[in-house]
Amino acid sequence: MLVADIMSTRVVTVNVSDSLCHALATLQKERIRHLPVLDGDRLAGILTDRDLRDMSPAVLREENIERLSKLRVGEVMKSPPITAHPLDPVEDAARLMYVHRIGCLPVVKEGALVGILTETDILRCLVELMGVSRPSSRLEVVVPDTPGHLASVASVIRDFGVNIISVITPASKKEGFRSLVFRIATIDPRQIKQAVTALGYEVIWPPDKR
Amino acid sequence: MKAAYIHSERFLSYRFGKEHPFNPLRLELARSLMTDMGLLFPQEIILPRPASERLLRTVHSPQYVNIVKRLGQGEKMDASLFGLGTEDNPVFPDMHRAGSLVVGATIRACAAVARGLVLHAVNLAGGLHHAHRACASGFCIYNDISVGIRLLRRHYRMRVAYVDLDAHHGDGVQWEFYDDPDVLTLSIHENGRYLFPGSGGIHELGEGPGLGFSVNVPVEPFTDDESWIWCFDSVVPRVLSSFRPDIIVLQFGCDAHYLDPLSHLSLTSTAFIHAARSIHQLSHRLCAGRLVVLGGGGYDVFSVVPRIWTLLWAELSDRIPTPDTPPDWRARWRGISPLPLPVRLRDENTPKCQVPVFEVNRLTVARLLDSLHWL
Repeated sequence: MLVADIMSTRVVTVNVSDSLCHALATLQKERIRHLPVLDGDRLAGILTDRDLRDMSPAVLREENIERLSKLRVGEVMKSPPITAHPLDPVEDAARLMYVHRIGCLPVVKEGALVGILTETDILRCLVELMGVSRPSSRLEVVVPDTPGHLASVASVIRDFGVNIISVITPASKKEGFRSLVFRIATIDPRQIKQAVTALGYEVIWPPDKR
Repeated sequence: MKAAYIHSERFLSYRFGKEHPFNPLRLELARSLMTDMGLLFPQEIILPRPASERLLRTVHSPQYVNIVKRLGQGEKMDASLFGLGTEDNPVFPDMHRAGSLVVGATIRACAAVARGLVLHAVNLAGGLHHAHRACASGFCIYNDISVGIRLLRRHYRMRVAYVDLDAHHGDGVQWEFYDDPDVLTLSIHENGRYLFPGSGGIHELGEGPGLGFSVNVPVEPFTDDESWIWCFDSVVPRVLSSFRPDIIVLQFGCDAHYLDPLSHLSLTSTAFIHAARSIHQLSHRLCAGRLVVLGGGGYDVFSVVPRIWTLLWAELSDRIPTPDTPPDWRARWRGISPLPLPVRLRDENTPKCQVPVFEVNRLTVARLLDSLHWL
């Protein structure tokens, strides 16, 4: 999955020469938290609700508001911004946001701003990846973290003629082992469980009854 | 007559195969237990007729109905995109006819109640809640519930409250009426993170004009009577009373029982009796007793299903069953049951949940009620 698949292409921007008051009003009107800043048609920086909060006076006295309206976006924005490319893998973009502790990445292609990727987009992506798209049951197996085990378990499922809807393979709590969490398109995974157990694997879910 | 029982020996033709867990023999086990216990009388039994294709097509696509017919007549084709010929839903001879009879039985039950011929009608062959518009799923070919509710909406103009107590989420019915504010769907089931089909989260609330009229109570695996009854009491009476239905349709799958092999819930007869009584009383309080009750899951066909459905029928027909199953009944089925048939009608063991699920279930219900603004 690439950044281009999950980014928002409708981007609200401000200009370096806009006033901070204008930027603040834009954030509130659009109910967003991040504003890419343009200088002409080139991306010059990023302005977030946090930058604006830091600038906002504690008490809105007349002279403070006046000062705020005199400040220009270009004086407050973070520059240069950390950006992503539309062809970046989603996991790289997510890592970038996580490592730099930032909430969004403007997406730039050949110098032009083509989209924006925010925490919300990453979360939506995660919800869809971890969620259940079609009727299916959970099958969770713990296997040694060495080659071939995913294939062995998958071929058992294939032999029963059952479709695999999704599979994720998080590290197991057991050192040297890995969890295989399948969603398989059957209401009755008992026989598959039995066959996987017969191969010597530990089936965590479904549990034994009685 | 207060309650009617829809039954036909031809229900036995809805059978996927000898080793398949969905075994229609449970219907004969249940009916014979009710009869032998003096709880069910011949004049209460109504014979069903197969539903017409016109009725099936109020829910299912013509193409899908056509494929079910052709497969059942022996035509070979890959129908896995339609959920047929799979491990769960293998092809069997005359499957269209068998499926239509189940739908026809539910139609009979709905019409009898809607027209005021009886207060309550029961079709335990029905309750096939997983079937989708053009896809078989989870042992369900045609969705008798959706076809029945469609009839109650279109022909009788009734507001329908559908309550689904099966261990699995009632997905087929939910999606069919997801945008309809005149059909409330309420399903209590084992959390989809663990159990088939996976849907039925509290965030599934309906869409468009139907927003707020799909209600889901996903309970944790291993949930026992105490916690399940608490969830039921916290949600069902409140939601049904606010909705003010003209009729209640109840799916009474009994696979949430602790002995059932396909779910991981830990209910006993106590929870099922509680639910049956509560919905029975609600039907009288809210909609002049109009109540249609359907079957559903239930895969321990000897030890569990006959007892739970007999207790259900006793509640609906206002009869009090004796504590024990009759020796005649046990003798009749001894030959084919792998285990001794149960002597006590109610469960005596009460498995206590060893995992702290009550707290999680409480939180689930609190979050759900928070998002139901119309209550």
